[in-house]
Amino acid sequence: MTDQGIGASVKRVEDLRFITGKGQYVDDINRHGQTYAVFARSPVAHATIKNIDVSEALASPGVLGVYTGADLAADKIGGLICGWMIHSKDGSPMKAGAHPALAQGKVRYVGDHVAVVIAETLDQAKDAAGLIQVDYGELPAVVDVGSAQAAGKAQIHDEAPNNTVYQWHLGDKDATDAAFAKAAHVTKLDIVNNRLVPNAMEPRAAIGDFDPGQDQFTLYTTSQNPHVARLVLSAFIGIAPEHKLRVIAPDVGGGFGSKIFIYAEETVCIWASKKVGRPVKWVAERTEAFLADAHGRDHVTTAELALDASGKILALRANTKANLGAYLSTFASSVPTYLYAPLLSGQYDIPAIYCEVDGVYTTTTPVDAYRGAGRPEATFVVERLLEVAARQTGRDPAEFRRQNFIKSFPHQTPVIMAYDAGDYAASLDKALEMADYKGLAARKAESARKGKLRGLGFSAYIEACGIAPSRAVGSLGAGVGLWESAEIRVNPVGTIEVLTGSHSHGQGHETTFAQVISSKLGVPIEQVSIVHGDTDKVQMGMGTYGSRSGAVGASAIVKAAEKIVAKGKRVAAACMEVPEDSVDFENGEFLGRGTNKKMTFGEVALQAYVAHKFDPELIEPGLKEGSFYDPKNFTFPSGVHIAEVEIDPETGHTRIDRWTAVDDFGILINPMIVEGQVHGGIAQGVGQAMLEHTVYDENGQLITGSFMDYAMPRADDVPSYNVSMTTTPCPSNPLGVKGCGEAGAIAAPPALINAITDALGHEEIAMPATPQAVWRAAQKSVRKQAAE
Amino acid sequence: MQAFDYRRPGTINEADLALKAAPGARLLAGGQTLLPTMKLRLATPDTVIDLSAIASLKGIARKDGGLAIGAMTTHAAVAESADVKGAIPGLAKLAGGIGDPQVRHRGTIGGSVANNDPAADYPAAVLALGATLNTSKRTITADDFFQGLFATALEENEILTEIAFPVPQSFAYAKFDQPASRFALVGVAVARTSGGVRVAVTGAGQGGVFRWTDAEKALSANFSAAALDGLKLDASNVLSDVHGNADYRAHLVGIMARRAVAG
Ligand SMILES: Cc1cc2nc3c(=O)[nH]c(=O)nc-3n(C[C@H](O)[C@H](O)[C@H](O)COP(=O)(O)OP(=O)(O)OC[C@H]3O[C@@H](n4cnc5c(N)ncnc54)[C@H](O)[C@@H]3O)c2cc1C
Repeated sequence: MTDQGIGASVKRVEDLRFITGKGQYVDDINRHGQTYAVFARSPVAHATIKNIDVSEALASPGVLGVYTGADLAADKIGGLICGWMIHSKDGSPMKAGAHPALAQGKVRYVGDHVAVVIAETLDQAKDAAGLIQVDYGELPAVVDVGSAQAAGKAQIHDEAPNNTVYQWHLGDKDATDAAFAKAAHVTKLDIVNNRLVPNAMEPRAAIGDFDPGQDQFTLYTTSQNPHVARLVLSAFIGIAPEHKLRVIAPDVGGGFGSKIFIYAEETVCIWASKKVGRPVKWVAERTEAFLADAHGRDHVTTAELALDASGKILALRANTKANLGAYLSTFASSVPTYLYAPLLSGQYDIPAIYCEVDGVYTTTTPVDAYRGAGRPEATFVVERLLEVAARQTGRDPAEFRRQNFIKSFPHQTPVIMAYDAGDYAASLDKALEMADYKGLAARKAESARKGKLRGLGFSAYIEACGIAPSRAVGSLGAGVGLWESAEIRVNPVGTIEVLTGSHSHGQGHETTFAQVISSKLGVPIEQVSIVHGDTDKVQMGMGTYGSRSGAVGASAIVKAAEKIVAKGKRVAAACMEVPEDSVDFENGEFLGRGTNKKMTFGEVALQAYVAHKFDPELIEPGLKEGSFYDPKNFTFPSGVHIAEVEIDPETGHTRIDRWTAVDDFGILINPMIVEGQVHGGIAQGVGQAMLEHTVYDENGQLITGSFMDYAMPRADDVPSYNVSMTTTPCPSNPLGVKGCGEAGAIAAPPALINAITDALGHEEIAMPATPQAVWRAAQKSVRKQAAE
Repeated sequence: MQAFDYRRPGTINEADLALKAAPGARLLAGGQTLLPTMKLRLATPDTVIDLSAIASLKGIARKDGGLAIGAMTTHAAVAESADVKGAIPGLAKLAGGIGDPQVRHRGTIGGSVANNDPAADYPAAVLALGATLNTSKRTITADDFFQGLFATALEENEILTEIAFPVPQSFAYAKFDQPASRFALVGVAVARTSGGVRVAVTGAGQGGVFRWTDAEKALSANFSAAALDGLKLDASNVLSDVHGNADYRAHLVGIMARRAVAG
């Protein structure tokens, strides 16, 4: 049975239904009497709403209701919330404007929700939505984050003067400035971390369903965290108390962060289902997804690195303007602050760090967590600085990194984090070997003979997963705890249902969590089913994001499994008539130590339920245990990625020739799934670095609002990856796992830009390094070479 | 998508009658352009006339020393055709580079050419090869057919039936993909035909596909990539967008032309 347990590359049990079209996504669900919602969205970036005339729409065939912000307000439905309070450096709380689910008086980005039409059919709802007349008083758009805070710019929210939500900082400014003052060398970079559109394969969707008989709401929604959705919808938005609101997140086709948040659409659908007395379905079209799914990244940063004459890093300083978009999405405030600046130490021993971050409103789609969330932005800053500093001071970028690696653990950085374990040199050594770093010069010469430019770039990233413990994140402003729950229900025949608060939307939990059970309880994974995504089944949970499902979710399962074993031992002891402390549990069997008595797991389960052989005063019947697990610390996956590219300077086409990834994720539950996560993460990082370009014009119109113009990575954009692992077990959780879901997306962008700039021979290129951008930069390289 | 009437005639004649009976009707070929446009409600025809049941519109034949390709022939069929590979291998290759397998098995040469997207691949081949476009009413030369962005000589109620390609001495098409759509950011087709060297450019022209006559002259004198050295396309009539400003596109036209000549 160990061939299915922790460490086995078991094929994903969920894939059969996904690849044969038998998944059940929200859009596959249809409720009796279902109606359809279509949102009327703002065509302008910034305007007051002088008047909304819905009369024609209301009279349109099949229309059951047309609602605006005024109707929500009349029903005392609250606005959407941002669940992390950030305080500015002057101690004042962040200045957040209201975020109504349907606009009240003003629209603030193209795609903002103005009204909703509920009709018998989708086409009738669309027809009617086109008949809503809105009289807009247009205001200037505020698109550029760099100038959004300037005097004279249009004010987006009255509550936030100068469009500034907060001016936050972290670290010791004086110590950092002092270190820079005595530095032998300072490297300074202006960095843009480009805005990304998440583009999960399945667009967002919701069905609100009100049952008047039971006074009960059910929401089917594309959520990574249905319990958080229920909490927010009931406690803050005021749809219904939690016991009257069931949230179901069935199969979900990818999230990447964008389905963490609680959005206007599901809020309106669940509310409207009571209004019209019928289930209300909404499914985003891709255009809506581009406009109204929370975007990712979008930082403008000035960053500096101070070195002494020997190449030792003395300090790092960063000043970032983070574009938060037009409203604060659910966790928007935390991403460019506590998920970003604490990662600025990277894998390096940096004595002093200081980071300032301004959170800024613009009239663009709200920005929130997207695969990596803050950590890719931090890693890009650190790894670009390291690479450029090495180049500027004539050092080998690998050896320069090695010189500055943190070498002993635990290590307290100057920016909150206490790294618990790692061996950064081990990953670097392995990566250098796999990438044939020694052969680079010869490969460069060969490329040059063909008129091509070849370059190699490093990224030695660190990330922090499984954000925790709850007490600590609470002290930093989080509105929630970040534990996870698990419940193990053993059936009388020994089959097992595991109820988890971690939601699976591509990660493969139905396989990996079953593998954990297989290892801990000695049963084959076929006897285990993983239940998630339904607040009526799973009591409570915090969901899936931040690579937390393994470290936190699976750890909760381990804790519950330990309780199952303990209870099983008591039942077995009674049945075998041996002392409780002399029962061992091995390979799915309860053994009476020193006797030849034994019972299988299934036999014990049956005995627990028939309850014939023990005293109910001493042992309760049944075999079901739960656990709420709150980790002691974050986990700190790390690794070294090496990208090697070849550029055609005539066209700007960049071919990724090689990709080496050596990651330390601690213990691996399923190496095949881990490798898949690495592949997907790198592809997303390649997308950010070379392809994905979110462009607004000066009026706030999204120019790249479809796949015709927004380039997602395709199979032939990415190379065949060369992936390997090193292992330092994570000391802070019972499995020793660290988390792997975001690593590729974090590691890849700087590796690629470092490779491209190596090939170009200068640093003047920003993400995404599109063919046009690379061609322009290569022209410069050619001129530079000619001058030399 | 708004509701519409659907017709599926079995002959060109029936299709003609259906068009006359329903003014404003749209012809449906592979639907790769028309259906997304209808879903987005950018097109809202009352009647859609599906050409897929008209057998005479489909197929590839050697005819009069050339190649005749029915309007309803899919890109995949052209890409895989032994006749096309034998007579104009560069055309088969062009068809095999359009979109993805799904698109190639639905999209048709007639639909592509009738649509005349400024970034589509086929128009460059049709123009460079000096093909003839046969319709339900008449015969149109390639030079007369393409009339601007999404504009052609086709009249309302006129059905493109067949495209007749003369077999050239050589033909090659070099395409630089727009990274998102994978249509041509720039595509250059170069043909040596009985009427001389013809160079057609797609993806770059503000007025859609066009002939680059300077390059034709240079190549007529000396058919080699080197003949294009120093030749620059005037960027003032070249498209600009987020993927390529006019100067970059104009530069790429030169590079792609060289690559097409070099084969
Ligand atoms: C994802 C994707 C990628 C693509 N990539 C490329 C690419 O790389 N290069 C490229 O060149 N193209 C590309 N295309 C376009 C595609 O290949 C088709 O050529 C194009 O969509 C039109 O052909 P169709 O047969 O689908 O025509 P339809 O969409 O059915 O029709 C298009 C237009 O032509 C009219 N029409 C069709 N047939 C006739 C006829 N016989 N007579 C008169 N009018 C007619 C229709 O009424 C309509 O107005 C792509 C399309 C998609 C969806």
